[in-house]
Amino acid sequence: MDNFFDLNIPFAEIDRVDGKAKVTGKADYVAEHDLPNLTYGVLVGSTIANGTVTAIDTKSAERAPGVLAVITHLNAPKVPGYEEGENPAKGRTGGGGLKIFNDNRIRFNGQPIALVVADTFERATYAASLIKAQYNKEAPHTSLADAIKNDKPIEGDNYKEAVRGEKDAWKTAPVKVEGTYIMPIQVHNPMELHATIARWDGDDKVTVWEKTQGVVSTQQSIANAFKLEQKNVQVYAPYVGGGFGSALRTWPHAIAAVMAAKKLGRPVKLVLTRPQMFMLVGYRPEAIQHISIGATPDGKIVGMRHDAYAVTSNYENFNEGLVAQTKQLYACANLATKYNIYPMNLSTPTWMRGPGEATGSFPLECALDELSYALNLDPIELRKRNYAETDPENGKPYSSKFLREAYDLGAEKFGWKGRKPQPRSMEEDGWLVGYGMSSGMFGAFRGEGRVRLKFSGDGMLTIQSAVSDSGPGTATAMTRIASDAMGLPVNKVNFELGNSAFPPGPTQGGSSTTSTLGTTVSMACDSLKKKLVELLKTQESEIALADVQFAQGEMRLKNGKSISYTDALKAANLPSIELTESSGRNPEMQKYSAYSYSVHFVRVKVHPLTGVVRIDKVVSAGDAGRIISEKTAASQMKGGAVGGIGGALMEEGVIDHRYGRWVNNNFADYHVPVHADVPDVEVVFVNKPDPVLNPNGSKGMGEIALIGFAAAVANAVYHATGKRIRELPITPDKVLL
Amino acid sequence: MINFDYSKPATVGAAITALSKDTKAKFIAGGTNLVDLMKRGVTTPEKLIDITGLPLKGIEQSGTVVRIGALALNSEVAENDIVKKQLPLLSQALKAGASAQIRNMATVGGNMLQRTRCGYFYDTAMPCNKREPGTGCGALQGYNRMHAILGASDSCIAVHPSDMCVALAALDATVVVQGPGGTRKLPFLDFHRLPGNTPEKDNNLQRGELITGVEVPVNPSLAQHSLYTKIRDRASYAFALVSVAAALDMKGKTIRQARLAMGGVAHKPWRLTIAENFLQGKEATVANFQQAASLALKEAKGYGYNNFKLTLGPNTLVQTLKTLTGV
Repeated sequence: MDNFFDLNIPFAEIDRVDGKAKVTGKADYVAEHDLPNLTYGVLVGSTIANGTVTAIDTKSAERAPGVLAVITHLNAPKVPGYEEGENPAKGRTGGGGLKIFNDNRIRFNGQPIALVVADTFERATYAASLIKAQYNKEAPHTSLADAIKNDKPIEGDNYKEAVRGEKDAWKTAPVKVEGTYIMPIQVHNPMELHATIARWDGDDKVTVWEKTQGVVSTQQSIANAFKLEQKNVQVYAPYVGGGFGSALRTWPHAIAAVMAAKKLGRPVKLVLTRPQMFMLVGYRPEAIQHISIGATPDGKIVGMRHDAYAVTSNYENFNEGLVAQTKQLYACANLATKYNIYPMNLSTPTWMRGPGEATGSFPLECALDELSYALNLDPIELRKRNYAETDPENGKPYSSKFLREAYDLGAEKFGWKGRKPQPRSMEEDGWLVGYGMSSGMFGAFRGEGRVRLKFSGDGMLTIQSAVSDSGPGTATAMTRIASDAMGLPVNKVNFELGNSAFPPGPTQGGSSTTSTLGTTVSMACDSLKKKLVELLKTQESEIALADVQFAQGEMRLKNGKSISYTDALKAANLPSIELTESSGRNPEMQKYSAYSYSVHFVRVKVHPLTGVVRIDKVVSAGDAGRIISEKTAASQMKGGAVGGIGGALMEEGVIDHRYGRWVNNNFADYHVPVHADVPDVEVVFVNKPDPVLNPNGSKGMGEIALIGFAAAVANAVYHATGKRIRELPITPDKVLL
Repeated sequence: MINFDYSKPATVGAAITALSKDTKAKFIAGGTNLVDLMKRGVTTPEKLIDITGLPLKGIEQSGTVVRIGALALNSEVAENDIVKKQLPLLSQALKAGASAQIRNMATVGGNMLQRTRCGYFYDTAMPCNKREPGTGCGALQGYNRMHAILGASDSCIAVHPSDMCVALAALDATVVVQGPGGTRKLPFLDFHRLPGNTPEKDNNLQRGELITGVEVPVNPSLAQHSLYTKIRDRASYAFALVSVAAALDMKGKTIRQARLAMGGVAHKPWRLTIAENFLQGKEATVANFQQAASLALKEAKGYGYNNFKLTLGPNTLVQTLKTLTGV
């Protein structure tokens, strides 16, 4: 693939294009959106985790003021797609595997058993409190530790042991480390609650406002569930208040809203409550992992073994890459990994930022740290001694890899050389001080994208794509790319998203949006340039595209003449130029492996008497290719660090296994970091282009911002205290006892 | 939340009469806890009597006593000059509690009357003797990391969540209440109750009584050496795992007297009288602090997830005393 630009020229700084709307309250999120004749739906959840509903009393709710409908499995309109056995809305990023209100079976605690629709939200909420169900209870199964002891994991190709070289090589190595690591359930908990508004426009058309990371996948999921033509499902998602993966699927509550709107013949708005956010839109599955590493005395890893055990629901297998990074990050000839999942009385988990790689990096990067002490070697030096120059799984070269540079840049910025190697050797004001680091990696991808572009006589360039922006600043990055490509000021570029009527864009997940859609936008701009040059040809003869410079809104020719884009349109008597452009995977990439990398550095202070851990310095270094928008990119890395602090020190979804019921599904008890927990996170990018993946030289960033972070904190706590904590979160009790 | 009536009386007498007449009525002031409880269906009052119009907001010193009106906001008390000078422990404890937004709504009386944050209490689908007597204690053999290690019973192992109350317990405050039968005063330590077999009762207020204020004696010597330490899972906006309110009257290196209370460990703020007595007249040394701490927690008992408090409690006391005395 040709590069359109000189990749070594950095992009200029740009402010977040939707920042003002967001901070002034002008951004119209789904839960705030209003429609004429709108009704309000509230879900009622089961109070048992396993069993059946034997009776459900909806009478008082139906009689309550303002109530328009109460839907349960007894009277729910059929979802035509549900009839086909396998839930058609399932898919990789498709609908929820749970068929809502389809039968009386309870599969997890909090499973919706009724939907109350009323003329106001408050009345619906009140009526929902009046619904009483009776159950035939069965024993709940929610404890992963018990399942590992008593049950067999799910079988299948995804769960077979993978062996590279000699399976047990680690066992005979001169230096060995081993450990079992526990990561509890973590919950995405974006600030914005999940919400759906559904409005039918006739029998075969529906309009949906949805909190989604995938405009097109939501459209497909709803079309499949209700057997509609895809074009007859209109999806709007103009703003998304955070997702972290929770909005990668179309969940059952959205289907319920569409179902209710059809039954009522009125639009229905359904907003989940915060407690429901813990149970109905996925979570990072609890994982127990055992890792063993063997090395030579000079620090060459000779063998590794990684066994991961995680939870899934009992109606869907949820898989992610817990052991993926162990196979990739270090040059190691001998390796065995096995990934196991157990069906539980839990709702289906889903990808949460960093996804499985973040979970898997905790044992891997803690074990590397432990090995560095066993070898009396600097943790960075140990990692460099096992640097993978080519992909250890298949020997392919990397499209680009600047992890070494990231180690060095981060270490310099952080002041790593101030670390005394001995654990518990640094102190400040009565606090133990520890330095920790870790690395992370995640696949760099590029998928299919499509945009519509319009350049108007007033000089505005509008680009549209059915993508959504869950926070990274997609519109900002696309604006940056288009503005840079066309030589137009940022305020003359308007990137529109969040509308399924636009050409299909990618689902925002797996750190791939900027790579994917950035390619399409670049190509669309290139097509626009060609068209503009063609306009010139009526006046000037023989102009090659390469001879035209596009800057400050004008074409500059070799002969010294220049003409503005708008004048060129005018001269050709054209009101505007419109085109669509699509781009796909880069076939070149088959020859390469492509990854983004991060290195996290953390300084902790640990109080020796109270076990309190405070993070007072963070540096995250990233190899994410060429940085498109420095400010939003740095923000994304900072956001990852904030999430990482939460995961390392406080986030823990707690379920009482006697009842299979959540005990902390609210923001008072499920802790995420407050400002006082977060130091000024410093971010540094290698900022070197990937020459292969896409024409902009970018790689992904969303996941690496988090991957490895928890290990960096645990490693810093070890360095401070001499205590290796293998269970997250690292709360004072674990430090003390 | 169920529908409820609402009234806003202008006088204390009218408020008390309104509450006495109606067993389904409740007072509401800042509502920072009550509204949550109503939303969750834990409390279902049919009438709310808004007391924020009553003249109970003042903070003043008369002689050796600081009187704080029951409706003084937590934020006002924390930043009040008299309180900061005479009762720094109270100011510190208030600032350690909740968030700035909540402190700006919450009142002194409401703070005292807030309910436990036990997860089983808040979830109407779970057993809880405090919410629904006779259903059992969900936390006893459940997730009890935040729960009591002192003064609990098999009926209830919940803790009182307040920071302010821990300071008031250490400072020998008095609670002033007014009811249909007139005004009475309770020592702060007699205001909250231990759960026993009636965990549904958090305190010793009688039906129809209204807290009108608290009186806190000033003691310049104690004020000089006061410290509130709160150990929690994050730096702000979290309830205490353990907290310590300490005030020392020092002469040189000798502790003339100590006032010590602990939070996050019991159904009420826990005054550490045995430790106070032990420290009286003793040198400020780490060894003495450690001994006082182990005496203080001698009766403590863990329930599983909260066993760490048996270590964290004494350690937090030692740390607080070390910081206070600089040893």
